[in-house]
Amino acid sequence: TPVKNNQSNGTRIEKILVANRGEIACRIMRTAKRLGIRTVAVYSDADSHSLHVKSADESVRIGPPPARSSYLNASSIIEAAIRTGAQAIHPGYGFLSESAEFAQLCEDEGFTFVGPPASAIRDMGDKSASKRIMGAAGVPLVPGYHGHEQDVDLMKSEADKIGYPILIKPTHGGGGKGMRIVQSPSEFVDSFLGAQREAAASFGVDSILLEKYITRPRHIEVQVFGDKHGNVLHLYERDCSVQRRHQKIIEEAPAPNVSNDFRFHVGQAAVSAAKAVGYHSAGTVEFIVDTSSGQFYFMEMNTRLQVEHPVTEMIIGQDLVEWQINVANGEPLPMSQSQLPLLGHAFEARIYAENVPKGFLPATGVLHHYHPVPISSTVRVETGVEEGDTVSMHYDPMIAKLVVWGENRTAALVKLKDSLSKFQVGGLPTNINFLLRLANHQAFQAGEVETHFIEHFRDDLFSDSSDQVSAQKPYNAAKLSASMVAACVCEKEHRALKESPPGGLSLWYSHPPFRVHHDARRTMELEWVNEYDNSGSKLLTLSVMYQPDGSYLIETGDSSSPGLEVKVTHLGDRDFRVQTDGVSMDVSVAVYSKDRNEHIHIWHGPHHHYFRQKMGLELSSDDEIQHKPTFETASHPPGTMVAPMAGLVVKVLVTNGTKVEEGQPIVVLEAMKMEHVVKAPTGGCIHGLHVAAGQQVSDGSVLFHVKGE
Amino acid sequence: ISWLQNSISPFLLQTRRPFCLGVLPDTLDWSSESFTRNSKAMDQLISDLQSHIQKVMAGGGPEAVKRNKSRNKLLPRERIDHLIDPGSSFLELSQLAGHELYDEPLPSAGIITGIGSVHGRLCMFVANDPTVKGGTYYPITVKKHLRAQEIAAHCKLPCIYLVDSGGGAYIPAMADESVMVKGNGTIFLAGPPLVKAATGEEVSAEDLGGATVHCKTSGVSDYFAQDELHGLAIGRNIVKNLHKAGNPGMINGLQNNVSDYKEPLYDVKELRSIAPTDLKQPFDIRSVIARIVDGSEFDEFKKLYGTTLVTGFARIFGQPVGIIGNNGILFNESALKGAHFIELCTQRNIPLVFLQNITGFMVGSKSEANGIAKSGAKMVMAVSCAKVPKITIMVGGSFGAGNYAMCGRAYSPNFLFFWPNARISVMGGAQAAGVLAQIEGGNKKKQGIQWTKEEEEKFKAKVVEAYDRESSAYYSTARLWDDGIVDPADTRKIIGLCISASTNRPPEPTKYGVVFFSPAWTATQQGSGKVGRWKINFMSTQKWENPLMGWTSTGDPYAIVGDAGLGFDNEEAAIEFAQKHGWEYTVKKPHTLLLKIKAYADNFKWKGHPKTEGN
Repeated sequence: TPVKNNQSNGTRIEKILVANRGEIACRIMRTAKRLGIRTVAVYSDADSHSLHVKSADESVRIGPPPARSSYLNASSIIEAAIRTGAQAIHPGYGFLSESAEFAQLCEDEGFTFVGPPASAIRDMGDKSASKRIMGAAGVPLVPGYHGHEQDVDLMKSEADKIGYPILIKPTHGGGGKGMRIVQSPSEFVDSFLGAQREAAASFGVDSILLEKYITRPRHIEVQVFGDKHGNVLHLYERDCSVQRRHQKIIEEAPAPNVSNDFRFHVGQAAVSAAKAVGYHSAGTVEFIVDTSSGQFYFMEMNTRLQVEHPVTEMIIGQDLVEWQINVANGEPLPMSQSQLPLLGHAFEARIYAENVPKGFLPATGVLHHYHPVPISSTVRVETGVEEGDTVSMHYDPMIAKLVVWGENRTAALVKLKDSLSKFQVGGLPTNINFLLRLANHQAFQAGEVETHFIEHFRDDLFSDSSDQVSAQKPYNAAKLSASMVAACVCEKEHRALKESPPGGLSLWYSHPPFRVHHDARRTMELEWVNEYDNSGSKLLTLSVMYQPDGSYLIETGDSSSPGLEVKVTHLGDRDFRVQTDGVSMDVSVAVYSKDRNEHIHIWHGPHHHYFRQKMGLELSSDDEIQHKPTFETASHPPGTMVAPMAGLVVKVLVTNGTKVEEGQPIVVLEAMKMEHVVKAPTGGCIHGLHVAAGQQVSDGSVLFHVKGE
Repeated sequence: ISWLQNSISPFLLQTRRPFCLGVLPDTLDWSSESFTRNSKAMDQLISDLQSHIQKVMAGGGPEAVKRNKSRNKLLPRERIDHLIDPGSSFLELSQLAGHELYDEPLPSAGIITGIGSVHGRLCMFVANDPTVKGGTYYPITVKKHLRAQEIAAHCKLPCIYLVDSGGGAYIPAMADESVMVKGNGTIFLAGPPLVKAATGEEVSAEDLGGATVHCKTSGVSDYFAQDELHGLAIGRNIVKNLHKAGNPGMINGLQNNVSDYKEPLYDVKELRSIAPTDLKQPFDIRSVIARIVDGSEFDEFKKLYGTTLVTGFARIFGQPVGIIGNNGILFNESALKGAHFIELCTQRNIPLVFLQNITGFMVGSKSEANGIAKSGAKMVMAVSCAKVPKITIMVGGSFGAGNYAMCGRAYSPNFLFFWPNARISVMGGAQAAGVLAQIEGGNKKKQGIQWTKEEEEKFKAKVVEAYDRESSAYYSTARLWDDGIVDPADTRKIIGLCISASTNRPPEPTKYGVVFFSPAWTATQQGSGKVGRWKINFMSTQKWENPLMGWTSTGDPYAIVGDAGLGFDNEEAAIEFAQKHGWEYTVKKPHTLLLKIKAYADNFKWKGHPKTEGN
């Protein structure tokens, strides 16, 4: 068939608007630029200085930070496209990417939507409708019974057909109420009747559905790609089983421990699914795999380019965004299924700002230090942030995706671990250490992945701080890191002093610092912030002795360990070469100041440690206690507040009996043409407040009392 | 120089240093017996020194240190370490002051003093050591405190006092700004026990004179600190706000700190093998200079003349210096050469470094005939009047009048240090024993007592022993006759730091001149039996006097020239002498005798004679 261009005037996309933010916006623009297509970014007020805005040729503000007023605001985005003259809109993932209305709107307004047809989005968006379509197309679904007939014998026979174990679930309700797992036919009737009773009692409706219960499920998904000429390819599968809080954190392609036969069948099923909805552009068909039987069942289809698409790109050596743009331009797919290579193995690790020990709670904050691992032909870093950027509460806390490729799974895994240990983030908690533990876990190395992986191996992945023996090892590692930090900090400081000695007194800042008849010594207190568990931080007191040869002798307080001699060469910026005990290694140390603390991160080998060091109180001019009013004078009972000076009462902010907090303003006085706020000296109940606005008070007269609770 | 200036521009003269011809050769003979002997002896001296130092570094001992820690207090050296810029040097002074001075040990005289940098500003630190007798002041403690202030005044350094002493209430009260630490710091004229005894009032130390009282109520103190570290941090801030106004340290038009310099060609540690512990053994002072100056480059001045005094220009850590070192007895020519060289340095604002190893001026008829008295006086006058920074290092012996000419203590060098082998006395022990034995023998004879040879030898041995003990570096340093004993290997470093600290002030022009006093005030000034003669005093660098320190800062030329002719019978003779030598002079007129009516009782007959003011 001759190539038919979708666009009426037959022109190709020359300018594209990316209706997204963060790494995916940057990633799409990178490909667009390579293809000579100009780019337009849209941004909310929270993102006005972010990387995706800087990466674009043009950018348009589309609203305030909340996503519903900006990145989900379809009309502003269309308006931005009109204003900038873009011909196409790429939705990325998330936000409006799976909105059939938006896809339709784009087409209606004459823009090319770089994605599937609106109808396919609509069909796949409705869970039950999609299952119906898939069933009709012969795509395997999780066996089950969803009928209205609720007769116990009929149900039993349906259950026997599905095969055990069976999940009995009330059609209404949720929260696991009335749910039962039936292991064998003999248990079925009792369980069914029990579930029915419970459902009736809880939800007033006793209808029940049956589904096959999958004991150890895996999440395997197939990347599909279609063009506007009816061709659909599958680009092999990905395994995304390792999840936390129902979100993927490590994905890989191809899936480990699957046969070619399986790969063929699951691929075929995915192609059928896509064809059933007339799909074009990139999409993903998700399957649940029963690891005990090897059976796979359709779950849902994601009608967009997914977060983890780079792992597929790595094993086929193709750029899927380029394919998307070409397909949007009406071009046919560049190759056939048989031409599609499968090269090696790829992993993707999602690096999130999150608090792992606190149940992976999302974290926010500033990326005070951000140095991702250097990229190469086999290491990709997809990121939308830079050092100094803020990870805000408005959007997803993902910082970056680390994608690595290797000849085979083992080789790729080695690279993954190495790259993770070199991925430097400081300023907010991340899951990097956790990802490293995960990657180092035996079961993961063996490819024994399943969706409950993290729960299963909880004990291995989260260390128990109450265990003395296992707690000692990380503590010793932290001590070594602290020693290296101390040496590196001294060395860096020496370098800075040498380059620009304060007051020009270079002689006084020589190295080692001169002392008469003894070696200079320095004490450093580093608070080790343990990111592995909830045991809290530990204070390490280090004594640094400057040795005549320029090295440092570091003692860590406890007499059990002898001093460690550390030699440091500052290679520049945060990089050091550290020699201790005859071994020399590369070390990175990042330091930044925040909240009157120096925050110090160190990376060496597979280790990353984080320390806090109290800064001198040099900056604390406004000390609370120093300025606390004197209210406890001998002549007055505690809690009495007297007028600090003679003046006019301007305002009285509370009444007798009001409960106040310490520091809460109570009375405003005016004296010497200035207003003075008299605050509650302690928390408690106000009484004896007799002054009123307009009243003149004399110096030292009682204004009110605060009675503590 | 005058014809040179016509052909070479001054700029070229200044930039000639790279083509320096004066790289000193290494004259040390490694295989010589004296090298081995000297190294061994010095090693012993340094290990003795180290053991003494270790004792004083421990302060008042482990118990006291522990008690101090339990009160959340830092040790004085730790306090200083927190105040100075992190990673910067600290030049501690007189560590061994008070050494074996009293019946009980008084480590570092109970007070730590020294120079360090805060926010790039050099400061003098004076820190009481509360672990040593509770930080109380012994006489030597006062002396060390005052010496630190003297150096600070001389070098224009702000003083930081870390007061932790039973008797220091006035120090914070007199300071420009003071910080008090809550709970630890108290200031009062009388403590709670005395208050109770005197007035019956019962009050805690904190309520009587704690930080809260003095920062909030009395205003005696200016800054309130939560704890010591906070207090020290405030201290750093105060120095930051001092703002050094308009006196950049300049020597000869150059910034005093040049970071681009060469290290000496020879190992500074070899300095430990050069100086003999037996001071009769001569050594070439150039081997010391070669290990002190940048690139071992030394441009010697008047190399062939007056060879017992080595003079020349060099740099130490990039800072230009004029070095004067002894290579034997001072002869007529050596003294004239020294005076000439000092004048050159003062004209150019080049600091002077004296490397003292001197047995004295040459005595005897030939020397006198050559006018050693005059030449010596010239050199002493030059040393005395020179207003450039002066640093003296005693590397060997320091005997007799040579001490003055080589900028001994009385000539107020900015800093003076001893090598452990150095010795100082008015004459050698053996000579003194000889002289004293003659006198003693004479006395005995008069009394008709027979003095046996054995008795005489015993007497002599006692004198030698006393001289030996009292001439040692420890005896000197314990009494603060110097600013510390240094490891010869640290000499270069210490001279560098001292010059840097001394050039913290703008240069002052040097004026040479003399003052005539008439008649001399006391017999001791004039030499016995010469009261009523005119004497001369050199206009020296020092205008202040410090009776507590035990010396005055003006030099006394009579110590050298004695009766050799600088006492005059009348004013005219004195002026004629000054004019003959081209000296500027000022005449202090004789005090007029004024009969003053004193208190009635003073005039009673039994008082002897009416009191008069003045003479």
